[in-house]
Amino acid sequence: MMANSPVPLSQPPRAETSSQICDRLWRLYLEMLRIRVIERRIAERYGEKEMRCPVHLSIGQEAVAVGVCAHLRKQDKVMSAHRSHGHYLAKGGNIRAMLAELYGREAGCCGGRGGSMHLIDREAGFWGAVPIVGSTMPIALGLALADKRRGGDELTTAFFGEGATEEGVFTETLNLACVLRVPMLFICENNGFSVYTPLSLRRAPDFEFGSYVRSHGSLYFSGHGNDVEEVFALTGQALSAMRQDPGRPCVVEFSTWRYYEHCGPGQDDHLGYREAEQIKHWAERCPLAVARTRLLALSPALDPEMTAAEKRYIREIDAVIENVRSSPMPDAATLQRGVFAP
Amino acid sequence: MSDKSPTRELTFAEAIREGTALCLARDPRAFVIGLGVPDPKGIFGTTAELAAEFGADRALDVPLSENALTGLVIGAALGGMRPILTHQRVDFALLSLEQIVNQAAKWYYMFDGRGGTIPIVIRMIIGRGWGQGPQHAQSLSSWFAHIPGLKVVAPASPADAKGLLVASVEDDNPVIFLEHRWLHNMRGPVPEGYHRTPLGECLVARSGSDVTVVASSHMVIEALRAADFASAHAGVEMEVVDVRCLNPLDFETIANSVKKTRGLVVADDDTRQCGFAAEIVARVGEAGLKLNAPPVRVTYPDCASPSSSALAAVYYPAAPDLFLAAARIVGRGASLVDKFPKRPCPVDVPYLEFPGPF
Ligand SMILES: Cc1ncc(C[n+]2csc(CCOP(=O)(O)OP(=O)(O)O)c2C)c(N)n1
Repeated sequence: MMANSPVPLSQPPRAETSSQICDRLWRLYLEMLRIRVIERRIAERYGEKEMRCPVHLSIGQEAVAVGVCAHLRKQDKVMSAHRSHGHYLAKGGNIRAMLAELYGREAGCCGGRGGSMHLIDREAGFWGAVPIVGSTMPIALGLALADKRRGGDELTTAFFGEGATEEGVFTETLNLACVLRVPMLFICENNGFSVYTPLSLRRAPDFEFGSYVRSHGSLYFSGHGNDVEEVFALTGQALSAMRQDPGRPCVVEFSTWRYYEHCGPGQDDHLGYREAEQIKHWAERCPLAVARTRLLALSPALDPEMTAAEKRYIREIDAVIENVRSSPMPDAATLQRGVFAP
Repeated sequence: MSDKSPTRELTFAEAIREGTALCLARDPRAFVIGLGVPDPKGIFGTTAELAAEFGADRALDVPLSENALTGLVIGAALGGMRPILTHQRVDFALLSLEQIVNQAAKWYYMFDGRGGTIPIVIRMIIGRGWGQGPQHAQSLSSWFAHIPGLKVVAPASPADAKGLLVASVEDDNPVIFLEHRWLHNMRGPVPEGYHRTPLGECLVARSGSDVTVVASSHMVIEALRAADFASAHAGVEMEVVDVRCLNPLDFETIANSVKKTRGLVVADDDTRQCGFAAEIVARVGEAGLKLNAPPVRVTYPDCASPSSSALAAVYYPAAPDLFLAAARIVGRGASLVDKFPKRPCPVDVPYLEFPGPF
């Protein structure tokens, strides 16, 4: 997985100095590394059977979460779906509340009612993730509509996989966003699979997603989702296109790959549902390795700092896990609390 | 709540329109959205001229996207607005069950309060008559009442249509607001001004000592007709409890009535199996309330609502069925059902002048 990367370099904006570029890449890298370390730890400890809920790891897809969220302010809103750890963390979601939720604890972000597929941290601008594929897209649109009506300048972003675009609700939402002229950002992570089902069984050979999106009146961009600099640059382009054309939503599609099984702590390439060539292609494009290689070319002295950062993140997540494991489970007496809002 | 004397009469549809306009005027966060809201028919008059009065962005027309629209109003509610979403038929809202059941109903609970509240009202119209058939004339009220987290309101009078609508808009929970199409043109006294009827309170629409009829929505009208006849011709005093709100349910009022009468008929505008009527019977049983005779459910039969007027005539229960059930429970007057006055119009219209088609 950690191979040298042939992913093409994106064009940095001319005004930036190489040290600025290096600084930014370093920050993006660190954030990806933090997410990778956390999810790897989740995978490693899953077998202890204390995290008793399904987990959809985003290992391999960190660059999209990090590159997009790097543009977002705290007050900007993000919603996501079943594979949301990366989005939640990149948006600044509370790590302890997330782990406590996975461990079914009272201190979880949903008080233990949701599990890994229901993350939320509104203070960080993460307005919720739910596992019904496609379901948060219209809700995010409603949030964006409310902001627009209020005259606010918050941006709302919905993250989803390409599978969600097959749901009617995607088309309904995109069309509504265009008709109501609500500028929201749709980030599609195309990892080629819906569980085990390849895109080739889900779209006709001549289906063109970009034209489909544009024909509704939306902006559309696409790029490499495993190159965090490209994700960052393309998101920047998308946002400036949205600023120049107010009222238009924008869909940005990133190609990427999940390294783990659809759901669970392991890798499942032995099952043979993904072609060896594809597996190799993407193994050579690990988003962390791509960024690391480029960083070391810019500044070889960063090597030990990378190692130190990884150790630090491991210590941090281990401390969070131990803290969470010793925290209380929800009180059974609270079972029916909040069926109705007061 | 306003205490003004309810002398003035409005139709049920006008009452909804008035309640909606009051909400829009009072709360800038409120808006109405749905197919045909600003069109010339204005959802059977319930949204007539709202766009002219409040502006096009407070009374929005939309593409045919029931599911995304429901998500949209959920998100708008999370963002601080108070949307009213309309469906011209319950049947069309089925395309949005995912958002209603998985998201709106659960949001507050599943995020343990931290996800925020979903103050939305989803108006759905229960169709009937003029051969509307299997996909334009079902009620499904029991389905919605089955879902924890949804409030389910089904007014039977113009006053309650207004009062419950206002209370639904004020409520911080998702509210399913069921309107029977045959009620829209009924007239009745409606309090003026900002009038609200609290959710979760049954109304004893007519008191009586012999047998309790628990009914909601249009069935209340049938029950009141039955009660008039029973009292005048059979000396049977039927107490009619108008449920008004299926969830949360004010069981106390129902129980008090049953304790008094020791007889129970449940009239439900819905099919029978696993329905709301069964719920009432079960609760009465669980509460150990003594009945002088077994309880009776009067519901639609367990099949789809047919189009032909010949089939519709036997599909929909009506006042004579309720009278018969009550008379049998009380043990007198059942044979008088043959004397029940004939409907003044065919069975597939609410009144003689009804022009159809919807
Ligand atoms: C409406 C719905 N249908 C099916 C599923 C089961 N399911 C969960 S994730 C998933 C695949 C979704 O693929 P995609 O949206 O591309 O996201 P990815 O898992 O690849 O990140 C499926 C089919 C679901 N959760 N919701």
